[in-house]
Amino acid sequence: MKKLAYDLVIIGGGPAGLAAALEAKKNGVQKILICERAPYLGGILNQCIHNGFGLQYFKEELTGPEYASRFIEDVENSDIDVKLETMVMEILEDKKVIAVNRKDGMVQIDTKALILAMGCRERTRGAITIPGSRPSGIMTAGTAQSYVNLEGYIPGKEVVILGSGDIGLIMARRLTLEGVNVKGVIELMPYSTGLIRNKVQCLDDFDIPLLLSHSIIEVHGKERLQGVTIAEVDKNLKPIEGTEHYVSCDTLLLSVGLIPENELSNNLGCEMDKVTRGPVVNEKRITNIPWVFACGNVLHVHDLVDNVTQEAEIAGKAAADFINNKMNKEEKDVIITHDNNIGYIVPQHIDALNNTEQMIKFFLRVKNPDENVRLIVKDNFDKTLLNFKKSIVEPGTMVTFNLPREFVTKDTSSIDITISKEQA
Amino acid sequence: MKTDVLIIGGGVIGASVAHQLAKYNLDIILVEKANDICMGTSKANSAMIHSGFNIDGGTLKGQLVLKANKVIKQLCQDLNVGLVKPLGSITVGFEEKDLEKMKKTMENGIKNGIQGMKLLNQKELHEMEPHLNPDSKYGLFEPETGIINPFEYTVALAENAVINGVKVLLDTEVLDIMIENKTVKGVKTNKGDIETKVIINAAGLYADKIAAMVENIDFEIKPRKGQYFLYDKKWRDILTYTIYSAPTKVSKGMIVVPTIDGNILAGSNAEAVDDKTDLKTTTQALDQIYTSTISHLFPELPRMGDVITTFTGLRASSTNEDFIIEPAKTVKGFINVAGIQSPGLTSAPAIAEMVEGLVREQNMNLDFSAKVNYQKGRKPPIMLKDLSYQERTALIEENPDYGEIVCRCESISKGEIIDAVHRPIPATNLDAVKRRVRAGMGRCQGGFCGPKVVAILSQELVISPLEVTQKGNKSFVLTAKNKELSLDEGDRNYEKISV
Repeated sequence: MKKLAYDLVIIGGGPAGLAAALEAKKNGVQKILICERAPYLGGILNQCIHNGFGLQYFKEELTGPEYASRFIEDVENSDIDVKLETMVMEILEDKKVIAVNRKDGMVQIDTKALILAMGCRERTRGAITIPGSRPSGIMTAGTAQSYVNLEGYIPGKEVVILGSGDIGLIMARRLTLEGVNVKGVIELMPYSTGLIRNKVQCLDDFDIPLLLSHSIIEVHGKERLQGVTIAEVDKNLKPIEGTEHYVSCDTLLLSVGLIPENELSNNLGCEMDKVTRGPVVNEKRITNIPWVFACGNVLHVHDLVDNVTQEAEIAGKAAADFINNKMNKEEKDVIITHDNNIGYIVPQHIDALNNTEQMIKFFLRVKNPDENVRLIVKDNFDKTLLNFKKSIVEPGTMVTFNLPREFVTKDTSSIDITISKEQA
Repeated sequence: MKTDVLIIGGGVIGASVAHQLAKYNLDIILVEKANDICMGTSKANSAMIHSGFNIDGGTLKGQLVLKANKVIKQLCQDLNVGLVKPLGSITVGFEEKDLEKMKKTMENGIKNGIQGMKLLNQKELHEMEPHLNPDSKYGLFEPETGIINPFEYTVALAENAVINGVKVLLDTEVLDIMIENKTVKGVKTNKGDIETKVIINAAGLYADKIAAMVENIDFEIKPRKGQYFLYDKKWRDILTYTIYSAPTKVSKGMIVVPTIDGNILAGSNAEAVDDKTDLKTTTQALDQIYTSTISHLFPELPRMGDVITTFTGLRASSTNEDFIIEPAKTVKGFINVAGIQSPGLTSAPAIAEMVEGLVREQNMNLDFSAKVNYQKGRKPPIMLKDLSYQERTALIEENPDYGEIVCRCESISKGEIIDAVHRPIPATNLDAVKRRVRAGMGRCQGGFCGPKVVAILSQELVISPLEVTQKGNKSFVLTAKNKELSLDEGDRNYEKISV
């Protein structure tokens, strides 16, 4: 078996992997390898031909491929090695990565550090157990996007979309532009789970109905899908009897959530967060394994690629510090706790004290939409470290904030984050 | 077309009979109405090799399962089919009355010649299966139960038959049976007539319909529907043995069982239905299976989330509940193999042997001399997961397609998928590929590899991607090329959902 050696191996050549590689390079890592399964870099951005990318990071509006190409060009102009159509099969505890491709066959890559940037996958029909028959014409919104935008084929003529996740909303507009009748989007929750701008620009602007608090309770058709039965759900999300309604359609797209793709991380023994379904990390995006870092959608599902890039830069810089022995050795574990309406927070804990970065970047998601709330950060002495107002919070949009590192002292053992109604 | 023996049905029974009779100098045709073999009862069941410990040894199915159990290991070895046997089973009880039933089951097992059965106390039970509900109290261990991949098994039997000269005609439905002088003459199919001396009716759920084309019959196939949960491989370690729940009022004993590929399969209930095509899952049944069995036995298993899929199987149960393996009463040359419900998958080799005896008894002037070039096995498909890294590298050097991973969940290469399209029984649609090589069988259910497999099928079969199907017939995956719909106004309905 062929053997290679690198300072840093990055699994995944999507937005997270690309930004992490460039940042690590910038911080002095010599030999970097990106392993990418697809025949091209850029990951899922390649099939996201709509615009709306880069507003935060580049302060301009780009399409997915345009956003990706800015990083791809930089990688191509650097001495970062890339192996395309290369699938990582296994990560071994002694810092070895086993990969396979057409040219090398099975290849063993020794490395000093590893960045997990494998992204996520879509939740399937099975995972939400929609009952009924099993005809063709049922697929995830991302699979449909791949057929339309990469292969040049339309999956159906009359489409119902289950779930108001961003990919579903984007595909509602994309298919409408292709002459498909998108009959509506069905959402189980009483609110849209995607970005507000996607609801406005992809549904409202095209008169596509969004049915909140509805679910699909049966699919019909033996060969190709013929229709679905929808029903309204009560506040426990159970279908309300008597509200059933048959909708004929030949295609059902599912946009019911994304799941970080952590099979490699699990097998390696990374500690996982049950809510994010990604590794538990500290502020430098280091997992419980000191030489393994994680960023992007493999860590937690992001709303905007801009946030992925920023997070990947944290991981890339940290991996460089680790490789160059610049990582602070004095470790102290500060636990992050949070209140009921916060679904998750990344990072889950803070480790090092004497670091060069001024700011600790937090990403969190709320469970339920709310208005006029305050985000309050307190330490274990009940001292308020941050306190700011948010006029709207909703599950589809991540809340991000920076905590100045100096606020974490040698006596800090925990930090509590709450989002609650503003006191009048 | 003309043949000696015509087998109707490409399930495990039809394939086993074809495999059995292919040893002789006979012309054999197997017809299957679906687009692939293994498309009915054989594809959706518990995937278990039964030992017969809990079956009445006096019934025909009891006799056959006990007989088959002794030969199946060798058969799987000959055909290169994965089999885990013995794996063993534990029947789990919660109440004292369960213990009484278990004692009776144990007596029955001993009578059937099963050795090594043992009643377990609570401590022993939980030592053997630590993830079981702590409230479970009694166990009956039985060492002989095994597990198999029913698709691999059925395909292997059929492939061996094809290698030995059997013709398999897919998409071929028998419409009528021709009879002359009270003797079988042939069949009429949607693809034309086939003359034959002997007909084997292995039509599964439709065996009654086929049998009734020949004479008045005294049985009916009443499908019994069963629904299943298939769990992600990450739950594999939750159990070691096949777990039976003790029979209760609401369920007649369900199972939670590891699959040979490392998933967990759980089900199934039993519901009599009239519609032989009713493969729908229902929330009501799934909830009931989950509550009464899955979470009752293994409280850690979730209702959703790590469920890869749920599915329905139809048992081809006959009204008299036993296997019906006998010649037609009034017409010569016609043999019914009907009512093959559980444990049909296990019994198949013994059923095939019995059918051979019945064919011989028909005295239809058949040449039962042994085939000179008979091949006992088959060249197994290359499966990368079974190879060492060194072997894989050598293989990839020879054919780089084995180095291109198409299905990321199950790590299946392009080479393996192309092979499946060109096997003796070709896989020509997405589900057929999935059953052969597991591409699309994993946790993303084909989300990532679907478009790639469509492209491979299109290329290898030299058809447009628009002609590629999920499972044959009209189950197309794609509808049009980009721009075709926006250019063609057509007569589409542009109504939106309104409630």
